[in-house]
Amino acid sequence: MREITYRQALNEALAEELERDPNVFLMGEEVAEYNGAYKVSQGLLERFGPRRIIDTPISENGFAGLGVGAAMVGLRPIIEFMTFSFSLVAFDQVVNNAPNMFTMSGGQFNIPITFRGPNGPAHQLGATHSHATENLYASVPGLKVCTPATPRDAKGLLKTAVRDNNPVLVLEAELLYSSKGMVEPPDEELLIPLGKAEVKREGSDVSIICYAQTVPLALKVAAQLEEEDISAEIVDLRSIKPLDEKAIFDSVAKTHRVVIVEQDHPFCGVGAEVCYRIQKSVFDELDAPIIRVSQEDVPMPYNERLERAVLPNADKLIAAVKKVCYA
Amino acid sequence: MTAMQPGEQRDEVEMLSLMLLIRRFEERASQQYQAQKIGGFCHLYIGQEAVVAGAVAAVRDDDYIITAYRDHAHALARGTSANACMAELFGKETGCSRGLGGSMHFFNRQNHMYGGHAIVAAHVPLAVGLAFAIKYRDEDRVTLCFFGDGAINQGSFHEALNLAALYKLPIVFICENNLFAMGTSVKRSTSLKQIVDRAEGYDIPGEIVDGMNFREVRDKIAEIVSSIRKESHPAFVEVQTYRYRGHSMSDPASYRTKQELEKYRLDDPITRLRAQLTREGKLTHEQFDLLDKRAKETVLASVKFAEESPQPPLDKLYDYTYANGANS
Ligand SMILES: Cc1ncc(C[n+]2csc(CCOP(=O)(O)OP(=O)(O)O)c2C)c(N)n1
Ligand SMILES: [Mg+2]
Repeated sequence: MREITYRQALNEALAEELERDPNVFLMGEEVAEYNGAYKVSQGLLERFGPRRIIDTPISENGFAGLGVGAAMVGLRPIIEFMTFSFSLVAFDQVVNNAPNMFTMSGGQFNIPITFRGPNGPAHQLGATHSHATENLYASVPGLKVCTPATPRDAKGLLKTAVRDNNPVLVLEAELLYSSKGMVEPPDEELLIPLGKAEVKREGSDVSIICYAQTVPLALKVAAQLEEEDISAEIVDLRSIKPLDEKAIFDSVAKTHRVVIVEQDHPFCGVGAEVCYRIQKSVFDELDAPIIRVSQEDVPMPYNERLERAVLPNADKLIAAVKKVCYA
Repeated sequence: MTAMQPGEQRDEVEMLSLMLLIRRFEERASQQYQAQKIGGFCHLYIGQEAVVAGAVAAVRDDDYIITAYRDHAHALARGTSANACMAELFGKETGCSRGLGGSMHFFNRQNHMYGGHAIVAAHVPLAVGLAFAIKYRDEDRVTLCFFGDGAINQGSFHEALNLAALYKLPIVFICENNLFAMGTSVKRSTSLKQIVDRAEGYDIPGEIVDGMNFREVRDKIAEIVSSIRKESHPAFVEVQTYRYRGHSMSDPASYRTKQELEKYRLDDPITRLRAQLTREGKLTHEQFDLLDKRAKETVLASVKFAEESPQPPLDKLYDYTYANGANS
């Protein structure tokens, strides 16, 4: 194991999959000559050439659709959205074409495509540039959605996504690109299955269920709670869809109290789904109502103080934990 | 700016003064961004001043304008005070979008500046909607829609042009061709040799204009606008210009050469208009220096104003998600 950044981990995943399968190519805005708007594709043009690392004009709907078409005839496109806020321009391709093709064609055409890029609010980018898209995309049958929070998960999940025979969205955490973590050496194949959560920290009093940018937040809060004698278990979903029910239920059976912390809006959210499944399947395990901490239900304001008020944060999470623990 | 009558021309010294205000405002914004008083993305207009100045000089104050995210200049050109613009960058309640929009989302309803739009080309259909409403109400107005060279490859751009042509709407599509969309040159993004040829495909008349020349921009757009006022139709102008700075504050612009930048700097739009006016005896050096001094003072005062302005109150967080009331 060695320590690398989340950004490097994604870069390695791309390089390894490009190396392994000649049908894999990377396409998107500024991915080649500029080495990526966030430098995730650094060095790939040099290594794999312009046939496989392809700059596009600003035409998200066009190149996402190009990817779906290429996938119909056996290529394995990796389509980068400069951010997932811009994937909304390609909503028709991502939501209507990619996931429906297999069903509509009676199983003749599966679509092995990866859509990836930074997702979720960054800093003060305002309403149009701060979208978390997991609620939207996870609600679509036929799409798979994962949300890595660590360099190791980023690498392992992206590689798995590229090999999956279905459309997979890898929603990267923009604010974690420079974060570091331990990852297996490059000569060791690292594949992390979709639909497998990971307990990032063991605990006994409360389960904090989180994903993406809320994982480091939950870990920080857990350390603070430790000092107040509250032992929090951190369950990182890693995949939103498929969802690892077993890992969630196991943790609930252990702690009997649950807080879900999400980076997207509350209404029709990931946390609502998790909450529903817990009460449906392991209701008797619960010692308190489940609480969700998410964004406020408003378009993102630019002002820094308001933005902070909209986003989940340590104070809100701690208050929620104390509430479910009756502490 | 005073209300203009048909046929009247805006005072050129006043327009030079606007260009200076834009330049000084952007320089100060850059400095305040580095001092972390401004957050998010921030795109500067330095080098392109003659485009918006020339365009607004060719229309009346109640004509509509709308643009992309490189929008500080468009707000200023539409009479939004430097105070309100700087306060918006600072995220303050006194900002032109109450501190909720930020650099990329400047609005000024009263002065018919319809944004500040950050999704590339997403505002082009909106512009067509503004023009549609003009025709629907049978008003004597036009819409000026500004966008970058990078916007012309979005589907919404193409759909919008076709709609405008089909419905013969009163709109001027103004492509501010500064040769780059982030690090991608026009050559690498567009199959056509000339951007203006996009218009031909929709049977929209198109022109190429030197965007470093205030007078040329103004005169060409004025001519087009007067034709539109006679009989409603869309038009397209490719304005050739250049941005001196990187795409945004975080872009070192290493994809272009120093020589290229220098070439354009020597052709500076402010220097050019100044020289034209001086040559014609309409402006002395002292007068120019005074204009520049005033622009600098206005901008400096705007920083103070922004600093001292209040934050938008936390308890109003939910006040701007839905409008109150309903049509009855
Ligand atoms: C739909 C969409 N895709 C990508 C982006 C990211 N982006 C912001 S500006 C820009 C380049 C636009 O260039 P151009 O239209 O030439 O305008 P300029 O910046 O030169 O004024 C890109 C790719 C975006 N804002 N919206
Ligand atoms: Mg451009």
